[in-house]
Amino acid sequence: MSRMHRHRVKPGRFSRQTVVQLLSAAFFNGYAAGFQNGKIFTGGGKALCVPVLNCYSCPGALGACPIGALQTVLGRHRFPFYVLGSLMLFGVVLGRAVCGLLCPFGLVQDLLHKIPVPKWNVPKKIDKPARWLKYLVFVVLVVLLPAFAAEESGVIPPYFCQYLCPAGTLGGGIPHMILTPALRGLAGVLFQWKALVLAAVLLAALFIHRPFCRYLCPLGAFYALFNRFSFFQLRLDREKCTGCGACTHVCPMAVEVPREPDSPECIRCGRCAAVCPEGALSCGFARGVPAANTPDAEKQP
Amino acid sequence: MMWARCACLAGAAAMIAVGIVRQEYVLVLQKAVRICLECIGIG
Repeated sequence: MSRMHRHRVKPGRFSRQTVVQLLSAAFFNGYAAGFQNGKIFTGGGKALCVPVLNCYSCPGALGACPIGALQTVLGRHRFPFYVLGSLMLFGVVLGRAVCGLLCPFGLVQDLLHKIPVPKWNVPKKIDKPARWLKYLVFVVLVVLLPAFAAEESGVIPPYFCQYLCPAGTLGGGIPHMILTPALRGLAGVLFQWKALVLAAVLLAALFIHRPFCRYLCPLGAFYALFNRFSFFQLRLDREKCTGCGACTHVCPMAVEVPREPDSPECIRCGRCAAVCPEGALSCGFARGVPAANTPDAEKQP
Repeated sequence: MMWARCACLAGAAAMIAVGIVRQEYVLVLQKAVRICLECIGIG
């Protein structure tokens, strides 16, 4: 089932990626008073969707979770122009760089993966089909069920948030249970289930890099659709590439970088570019002019 | 490639504008300023 990787953590140094991730997490959850008094931010900023999976019930959250917002609007039987437009904007500008550089739950998984335990390489015959699961989560739990499936009471819950989202449990559920004693008494089977899901994801993150991002995140699934043509790109100079494989070895999403630099699975974290001995990889905003010898060089204007 | 990016950007901007006119952001705000009991595992 598993093969061990040699441990590649360099202790005592924050990478640029980690610094960006920490700043992003602080920015999206900057309502410090919420963590003191257990009351969430209720300002106008909550009408804006943030680009990341960040529960709007997190005591520090300053904006609205786009996946939660999408389910809310669909549950009112309205086409979600505003939320979908916001997601498209983030997607076309950044693609899955949102996952690699901005998402707080991605940061949590990255930090957990630094803990020195044996690492697992998921076999391709499990990994490849499992990658489609996140698209199923998006279509069924985020879109179809909120749009069409009301409970017996007539209420349409946000199915993904209610039954799966570990970011909501970590960022919203657990802090509120700690800060608000009255809520503790209301926690039942559902909270136990969500805590179990969270524990499973966090445990898996010790051994597999970014398991939630690979297999379950509906937001990552949506942004993956934009990865091939987003403004923010990973660019490979094939003339410089020697095929050493260092990039693939370090990739948290197990992307075969030289074969598919614009893979929908690439989260644009920049680790491959940092480790490439030939400087053949770079991350950044495309200017419309392709890098030399990229596969699309002949197609682009 | 650039035309796809620009078309998508324009489409996103248009959808956001339509959503603002239809006041969908109010729905988002109304949900986001209350503790979502489903999201935190209370139901």
